[in-house]
Amino acid sequence: MIKIFTSITFLLCILQASFGQDIPVYTQYDELKKEVLTIQDDKVYVINFWATWCGPCVKELPYFEALRKKYLDQDVEFILISIDWATNLERKVKPFIEKKGLESTVILFDDPKANDWIDKIDPSWSGAIPITLIMNKDHQDFYEKEYHSTEELEADLLAFMNTLKNSK
Amino acid sequence: MKKIAVLSSAFLLAIFLMSWTFQSSTEPSSVGDGYKIGDVATDFSLKNIDGKMVSLADYTDVNGYIVVFTCNHCPYAVMYEDRLNAIHNKYAAQGYPVVAINPNDPEVKPADSFENMQVRAKEKGFKFAYLLDEGQKVYPQYGATKTPHVFLLDKNRVVQYIGAIDDNARSADAVEETFLEDAIISLQLGEEINPSVTKAVGCSIKTKG
Repeated sequence: MIKIFTSITFLLCILQASFGQDIPVYTQYDELKKEVLTIQDDKVYVINFWATWCGPCVKELPYFEALRKKYLDQDVEFILISIDWATNLERKVKPFIEKKGLESTVILFDDPKANDWIDKIDPSWSGAIPITLIMNKDHQDFYEKEYHSTEELEADLLAFMNTLKNSK
Repeated sequence: MKKIAVLSSAFLLAIFLMSWTFQSSTEPSSVGDGYKIGDVATDFSLKNIDGKMVSLADYTDVNGYIVVFTCNHCPYAVMYEDRLNAIHNKYAAQGYPVVAINPNDPEVKPADSFENMQVRAKEKGFKFAYLLDEGQKVYPQYGATKTPHVFLLDKNRVVQYIGAIDDNARSADAVEETFLEDAIISLQLGEEINPSVTKAVGCSIKTKG
């Protein structure tokens, strides 16, 4: 019985892997805030807002992927929040993730009432993407800029970690 | 003596690190520069798609200007093309023409070249001026950060409204708040514009930097 259960689980895992990652879709800012942007554990989160149609975003994604690999054994999580439309999930976003081989957690956020949530993410955000949040449950650094290397991104992550250390 | 040298260099290093941390957390962002409500916007002389230079001063008998930083390539700009046409067709007659400016560097984004602006304007039947911010000198003065990005000016070029065209880029049918139109109407009636600043998602302005 246990054996059957194990093999079914194993099969499901293979299926899951072959269909790529499951992508949560949030169509309300409040859901995103509750499920993703409210940090409850002690980890540091690097959260990037991007879209398949945004050239500079697409260009910097490999730096997030590379840094994620480098910090695998540390308490740092990487989340890529696509603001593509939910209707483009199957047609554009999933094929893009597959093509680029993205391994970070991807979330789709599609709430058209941008004027209501841009300031809630950060009051200094103009609304242009890409942006990056480096945060834990107590602090948030906000960057409205395009990264040009993994080192540049890592420098901002280390600065955040240093600030944490100093504030302790 | 050696001890003092070590101590003082450690001290200097500590100060250096502290100031660095301090700077990194309080670094002024370039966003937030540019015009605020009530500022007088600069005039400019930029090349229109018909090859002629256009300034705000060239417009006679107007009550204001709908200056829109927009472009060809950005999906959010594209989604507003028809709505910009409609706004211009409705409000130019009332003295509020749309003046569109492409702030992007065409060398970075060839889709936004002068020639492609001409092509797109023809395809979409733009009746408003569509200017190229050649040398990218104008958009930083306004403080435009993305496309599309609207600045509603009164006839004295005083900035009255900054931000989004409406509250739903994706679907004109789902719009609940027509921010820009509401601002124009309030301006016409001499009433307070509220909200006078809104935000929307858009594409960053493309520069070589």
